[in-house]
Amino acid sequence: MRTIRIGSGAGYSGDRIEPAVELAEKGDIQYLVFECLGERTVALAQQARMKHPDSGYDPLLEERMRAVLPVCASKGIKIVTNMGAANPLAAARKTAEIAKSLGLSQLKIAAVIGDDVLDACKDGDLPIMEFDGTIKQLGNRLLSANAYLGAEPMARALSAGADVVITGRASDLALFLAPMIHAFGWAMDDWNLLGQGTVAGHLLECAGQITGGYFADPGIKDIPDLARLGFPIGEIGEDGGLVITKVEGSGGAVTAQTCKEQLLYEVHDPTQYIQPDVVADFSQVKVEQIARDRVRISGGRGTKRTGTLKVSVGYVDSFIGEGQISYAGPGALARGRLALEIVRERLRLTGVAASELRFELIGVNALHGAQVAAHANEPYEVRVRVAGRTENLREAVRIGNEVETLYTNGPAAGGGAFKSARDVVAVASVLLPRELAKPSIQFVGA
Amino acid sequence: MAKLREIAHSRTGDKGNTSNISVIAYDEKHYPLLLAQVTSARVKAHFKGVVEGEVVRYELPNIAALNFVMTGTLGGGVTRSLALDAHGKSLSSALLDLEIEAAADDK
Repeated sequence: MRTIRIGSGAGYSGDRIEPAVELAEKGDIQYLVFECLGERTVALAQQARMKHPDSGYDPLLEERMRAVLPVCASKGIKIVTNMGAANPLAAARKTAEIAKSLGLSQLKIAAVIGDDVLDACKDGDLPIMEFDGTIKQLGNRLLSANAYLGAEPMARALSAGADVVITGRASDLALFLAPMIHAFGWAMDDWNLLGQGTVAGHLLECAGQITGGYFADPGIKDIPDLARLGFPIGEIGEDGGLVITKVEGSGGAVTAQTCKEQLLYEVHDPTQYIQPDVVADFSQVKVEQIARDRVRISGGRGTKRTGTLKVSVGYVDSFIGEGQISYAGPGALARGRLALEIVRERLRLTGVAASELRFELIGVNALHGAQVAAHANEPYEVRVRVAGRTENLREAVRIGNEVETLYTNGPAAGGGAFKSARDVVAVASVLLPRELAKPSIQFVGA
Repeated sequence: MAKLREIAHSRTGDKGNTSNISVIAYDEKHYPLLLAQVTSARVKAHFKGVVEGEVVRYELPNIAALNFVMTGTLGGGVTRSLALDAHGKSLSSALLDLEIEAAADDK
């Protein structure tokens, strides 16, 4: 039976690069996937592209490609990535330029385009899933609309001979499903196979989160050598058989526990994990440690895909102003509380227009609120944090200012003030009839 | 009395304004304890002031795990939240502080 090994080279846009190089050099892999596109990254990249038409792709594209292209080319490892962000074609051209500069002009580089569905959406009455309203009602606050594409166009690019496939918005795990479909010729309506392939992609897409990252809890859940945390490899058979492992000698661990945590990560109803290519069912999945750093995962299933694609809609939401300052030593908590009261009152007296405000003490109640944290002990130091939502930048700036002025106008011995004000590009979702997205492939010459 | 942390591990995920928290038994013999004691109602009460919406529990007996889906939890959504931990990634640690009644030889 045929088996492929897929390495997961990044779990988010800013991820470490060394583990990807380690995978390419020592992982005995045929495919290296980089998942680098967060929820709002496309919207931010679209803003960048509006200013500079040749930009709009992942800022680490060049560094990553320079690090892995030589070894991938020499071993015939195919790269699949969503580093195209808002401009996959420009990312493909840039990659071709890098390949040429490295003496690798023979590499075939493909861009998958067509996830940008702004034109198909912007005048429509598609309802927004997160709040009452339609896309049309966002008016000129609307920045971008990108459909989560499935694996099919990426698989087609691989079958057409691409060495590097660069996409924009696509389902994260479809980046992994594409090599399976390409290598094994899985039918796009074999729902159970696609369901098990979805399990594989889902487990791999956050890279270090299944090899011991986001897991360690000293004394209870210890992970060896986290500093050199290695990234995972999925060993997948044409019948969907799956083993998760990692490079021998790398840091971290692949255990039944790390796999179970990642299986449920960002999952709601486990019987209906909706993807562009399939509705996967994780409820019957079995997890079995078969050797050190080798975990067998079976039982993923699926049912027919839906008639819609999820579209991520980026829009200008509001502005956020924030300020922080620290107090320490005896009485720190009381001074921190006094500082919060002062800022609350000053924001009221000066009439700062905020639609939402948070007053909290980092180290006391900032993460889970006063009620959950009610029984905590008094800390040695606290950090005051005030954050507010406003309609414009000017008002947002005033919030941080009222924290900073605590230096000379607040309780004793406040230090390390910090302030910021920023616009908020937020993301909402709509469901688009599947046929309105028309993905295509474009090869770029080196 | 024991803490949930002694018999289970947990991870938080985020989607929009919804947080999901898994609770996974280290030893599958403790799964019945989770089923009986880590109910949606208790989780909702534990996260008073955090969860504004509903808490729905899904059961995964094959891996001795529960999955809690909590709506209205992430300050209006990860991409617009004013919260320090906009993703709610630290919530799993709070849930593991839950008290569990377990027989002394059952840990």
